[in-house]
Amino acid sequence: MSTIHPTALVQPLASDGPPTLAKQARTQNGHRPARTEPAAVRIALTLIALAFLGLFIGLPLLLVFVEAFKRGFAAYVAALSDPDALAAIRLTLLVAAISVTANVIFGLVASWAIAKFEFAGKSLLITLIDLPFSVSPVVAGLIYVLLFGSQGLLAAPLQAWDIKIIFALPGIVLATIFVTFPFVARELIPLMQDQGTAEEEAAISLGASGFSTFFRVTLPNVKWALLYGVLLCNARAMGEFGAVSVVSGHVRGLTNTMPLHIEILYNEYQFGASFAVASLLALLALVTLIAKTILESRLAEEEPR
Amino acid sequence: MATATASRFTFRKPSVIPGFGLTFGLTLTWLCLIVLLPLSALFLKTSELSFDRLMVIMSNARTLHALQISFGLSLAAAAINLVFGGLVVWVLVRYDFPFKRVVDAVIDIPFALPTAVAGIALTTLYAENGWIGSLLAPLGVQVSFTPLGILVALVFIGLPFVVRTVQPVLADLDAELEDAAASLGATRGQTIWRVVLPTIWPALLTGFAMAFARAVGEYGSVIFIAGNLPGVSEIAPLLIVIRLEEFRYADATAIASVMLLASFVLLFIINRLQHWAESRGGRGR
Repeated sequence: MSTIHPTALVQPLASDGPPTLAKQARTQNGHRPARTEPAAVRIALTLIALAFLGLFIGLPLLLVFVEAFKRGFAAYVAALSDPDALAAIRLTLLVAAISVTANVIFGLVASWAIAKFEFAGKSLLITLIDLPFSVSPVVAGLIYVLLFGSQGLLAAPLQAWDIKIIFALPGIVLATIFVTFPFVARELIPLMQDQGTAEEEAAISLGASGFSTFFRVTLPNVKWALLYGVLLCNARAMGEFGAVSVVSGHVRGLTNTMPLHIEILYNEYQFGASFAVASLLALLALVTLIAKTILESRLAEEEPR
Repeated sequence: MATATASRFTFRKPSVIPGFGLTFGLTLTWLCLIVLLPLSALFLKTSELSFDRLMVIMSNARTLHALQISFGLSLAAAAINLVFGGLVVWVLVRYDFPFKRVVDAVIDIPFALPTAVAGIALTTLYAENGWIGSLLAPLGVQVSFTPLGILVALVFIGLPFVVRTVQPVLADLDAELEDAAASLGATRGQTIWRVVLPTIWPALLTGFAMAFARAVGEYGSVIFIAGNLPGVSEIAPLLIVIRLEEFRYADATAIASVMLLASFVLLFIINRLQHWAESRGGRGR
């Protein structure tokens, strides 16, 4: 996300260009090429790396789909059209929609404040925004229970007004917003910092209002990075397990999200149904990765030259 | 209105761009509501406990063992990721092979795949009748429902941290340095050990620390494969959940505070490491 390292421009020339002094010296002395290993070592290392990735990443992913369809397509459809499964899917979509929206608004607001102005304590603010990344999901759930739970700090006023947060939708949404808090902001802040403030200053000095500057200058400049952040935020929001598990209460058909539904089915030895729901989330992960790869090339366009 | 609020902040450089007061205020408010206030609730609750009570909870054999399992196995998993992640980066950056772009994209699966899905997939894979477990069973190696299973899950979720941190740094490495070393008579092994490795070392350590930090707090992918035997394969985050379900809020809060403090320390270390990596000329994110 930062400027191109000067050596990146030199590298291709160094490897494909005319022989340098070093290369000539090597060929004269009969040394093997300085920048790579013997073919046997290269092949062995590549095979070890691929075997490691296949074992730890490829096989688990493949297994999800094989297990999901093991009992046939009809069983797969039946598992997904179960009322509890449908309720879990609906809740997951709702929670993701709310938390992604919240994080998009926060991300845009925070990156405007951080990237377009110079102020004291900026790096501390960025660290605090990144903080939820390093908090265990279980701790993230726990802090909301301590605040809003039946023995929590705010238990009395919540009871007085009959507001239910823990073991209900608001708790699940809050926990999800917490764990996805930095996703959009951390994609936007570095890019908007690199882009600088010249275009916004030009727009303002030509008489544009703050809002039209934001919507017509800044937003189009960062649209791919924003989409990238939304993509990652959405994947995490739909898949969050630990934090949501602590605050949800696991009420079937009411407060069960898809990951929690997978857990319940699995613990009831309904492996086929469990993997069927899991395959939907695995599919989401695959689509996210493909979209991410496509977006990364678009993102390079937004980097200031 | 936004500009009027902004003029009160004397700690920022003047700018013609409007909206600082509004956006800065909203950012700070939202940050406090969602992150800072709830986190301070944890410390507030912990500070209500007497020191003796805290000592009793933390010296409980089950608590100590859970913390030991979480930190010990996370360290081991991060070390495995340091070696194999380093190897994967080397192969991805330096060598060409078929479907390289697909392999590169696959690295991010542990980021994108929900932890519960990863958990049930790894458990089934390494169970005694699973694809890999059935091969290991005749050798007397049991993975699922043992601490070894926890290690497998933690390796899975930590791998992308090492790879994605080191990859840009290795790609940026000045190839002329290796030419120079070779032309001065260094063997390939010496060049890698004394030229390449010292350059990517800060990035490798950063990736190691990030993988460790993630593994310590990991819950979803571990609880399925762990077997969760108290004192044998019970991780600290699970013990927090169990204490919470037993309504032993003091225990849950105390363990969570220890874990939160550990993640603050790790965050600080990772920050320092990143500065070090950047000052070495890398571009690590």
